[in-house]
Amino acid sequence: MQAATTVHDVVIVGSGAGGGTVTKVLADLGISVLLMEAGPMLSMGDLKEHMVPYHVPHRGAGAKGEAYTGGRTGFTYSATFGGAQIDGEPYTVAPGSDFSWFRSRVLGGRTNHYGRVTLRFADYDFRPRSIDGLGFDWPITYEDLAPYYDKAETFIGVTGTKENIRSAPDGIFQTPAALRAHDTLVQRSCAKLGIRAVPGRQAVITRPTNGRPACHYCGQCGRGCMTASNYAASYVQIFPAMKTGRVQVLPNAMARELITDDSGKVTAVSYVDKATGTERQVRCRTVVLAASACESARLLLNSRSSRHPQGLANSSGMVGRYLMDTVGSSLSAFVPALVGMPRYNSDGYSNHLYVPWWGWEKQQALGFPRGYHIEVGGGYGMPSIGSFNGIVNRHEGYGVKMKQAIRDEYGTSIGLSGRGEMIPNEKSFCEIDPEMKDRWGIPVLRFHWAWSDHELNQVRHMQETFRAILEGLGGRITQQLASGARPPISRGGAIIHEVGTVRMGNDPKTSPLNKYCQGHEVKNLFVADGAPFVSNPDKNPTHTIIALAWRTAEYLAEEMRKGNV
Amino acid sequence: MSEISRRDALRRLALVLTATGVIDRAGAEEVHAFAAEAQASNGGTYSPKTFTDQQFRTLERLSDHIIPVENGAPGAVAAGAAAWIDTISSENDRLKTIYRDGFTWLDAAMKSRGAEDFVSATPEQQTTLLDLIAYRRNQTPELAPGIEFFTWVRRMTVDAFYTSAIGFKDVDYRGNSPMASYPSPTEAIEYALKRSGL
Repeated sequence: MQAATTVHDVVIVGSGAGGGTVTKVLADLGISVLLMEAGPMLSMGDLKEHMVPYHVPHRGAGAKGEAYTGGRTGFTYSATFGGAQIDGEPYTVAPGSDFSWFRSRVLGGRTNHYGRVTLRFADYDFRPRSIDGLGFDWPITYEDLAPYYDKAETFIGVTGTKENIRSAPDGIFQTPAALRAHDTLVQRSCAKLGIRAVPGRQAVITRPTNGRPACHYCGQCGRGCMTASNYAASYVQIFPAMKTGRVQVLPNAMARELITDDSGKVTAVSYVDKATGTERQVRCRTVVLAASACESARLLLNSRSSRHPQGLANSSGMVGRYLMDTVGSSLSAFVPALVGMPRYNSDGYSNHLYVPWWGWEKQQALGFPRGYHIEVGGGYGMPSIGSFNGIVNRHEGYGVKMKQAIRDEYGTSIGLSGRGEMIPNEKSFCEIDPEMKDRWGIPVLRFHWAWSDHELNQVRHMQETFRAILEGLGGRITQQLASGARPPISRGGAIIHEVGTVRMGNDPKTSPLNKYCQGHEVKNLFVADGAPFVSNPDKNPTHTIIALAWRTAEYLAEEMRKGNV
Repeated sequence: MSEISRRDALRRLALVLTATGVIDRAGAEEVHAFAAEAQASNGGTYSPKTFTDQQFRTLERLSDHIIPVENGAPGAVAAGAAAWIDTISSENDRLKTIYRDGFTWLDAAMKSRGAEDFVSATPEQQTTLLDLIAYRRNQTPELAPGIEFFTWVRRMTVDAFYTSAIGFKDVDYRGNSPMASYPSPTEAIEYALKRSGL
């Protein structure tokens, strides 16, 4: 064990949306931070959005052809440095449960490749229990968070239009890109059903912003952006913050445990230096966990001592509980109206159009609580491994005729994906596996997962709605759903929106964190990722992670100034 | 892309980002073109690393049937489909087995139809057999291994062709290129709306 002498004012564990935001806000306020990341530094050269399959010998099939016969291909062209399977970093899933845990090990974490969907929660999303008696209310309101959504949108840059829809509060928007042909069809078909579809709200800049050039519409946001024209914590927040001289990044540092003193305060973070395998510690005045919802819960649960037998900040026993993901379901159709369409570059950025939840007023009649939004897919995507497999399997044969079928059907598919709210339940949680440890001897997580009828009923509604929209534009749906079968719901964790596990609340008996995401029992402990979420509305979580982290960082700075932490 | 050429590409990109923070269209296009140029084909003839010369010729012939030259436009042979499948299979035991067993089946099937093996059969003999194994509806215990094998070759040949520069051109893929703004594709929208009746 290497002894540390320096006491850092703030140690941040994790460099994604939450850690990146806290780093930026504190550095701007003149506070020095040490930022720990379990993966390597990101180099802008790791971003490969302009590569096409023939730039790599395996064309994206994986060096050993994993795309064909299974195995981990990783993300061939993106700087994700992670996945659901990471060598030496296992997790377990309890019998009868199904859960997949995507982790990213690189500076910026999952923000380097995420979908850039940037949605504010609605006012009613903060008090769901008061409305329908399910789940729990947040200890804060929309008005508490709105100023931070404003700050985040102004700094990051978000596309959108003012629409005055209650389920999708307006923000500070940059001009969105024009709708594409498939977007227009979906918008018109929705209108016939009385559903509004509006320009996508994406963390993509369409005008130069804070020294970052505008988007160049190459359509590969998911691989990161060499011109930093979309949001990632790495190149939008951390790299600029490093220039202040107040940010020290500690890469390849896998946090093991939080060390506390007799008064119960955190005094150090113990970690494994992955490069050398050595055990080290960094000392701290305050610590901010932003390692991702489940990693932050794991770190607290693994910080056991005689004083904290259930783990740190866990007298309530709630750490790890009420794990939530987003409800996902999709449907696509072949659209004859698109055959032979005059060709154009349909790449742009990911979502030029989306459908905010429209059913909140007639919720009682729907047979399921809460809502979902719809994301729209289509266009002439980059030809890649497997792109034409579906067409070839339908047509079979070979030769010019098969080739013509590919040309005819290329770009004629429209897909709709629902992203819905899950109600937190007792059966979905993570805990420390009693046996298994990772390669450094750190006990791993064991997941428990169950969807309830609320989510299954919601997915049935999604499927009926998708069918109506797609048939309304003349689409032919190829997938058939057997009647009586379980509706096609995503696996737990598959949408990669896992939140909850260290929730905020006013009552220390039921919540580890207070309304500032500060430990009720451990005042110099803060959590700034998706873990503090009390519910998981149908809004992708990144925007709220950023806004909450921004608020937490300002509160932390003020408490430090007052000498309270 | 090699480390050096990637660094070079990044240096060029840095030049593109002018002091105003506006990306210059011509400069950005150069970055994209440079990426393509840096990956230009290695040229020369390919020596198979997985399959025998005879097996490789069989694979090449199959790929030629699957995506032939069409009105002078190059097909799977020019796109190097056989070489790519050989490379991918070299480190994948399951693919190796699928292909080796498949070649054996194909030659045996040709032999029972009066030819010495697949490559030395006449084009008509070859297509007569392919017309059987290219469709699931022809499934019989005798043809099943051939149908399964052909599904693999067709799938991977299609992947190899359409992920090549030639294939990109064949489907007229226009994306992943820098644009100063994203204009409304009005002509396409009018076409789609008219045909959909919306």
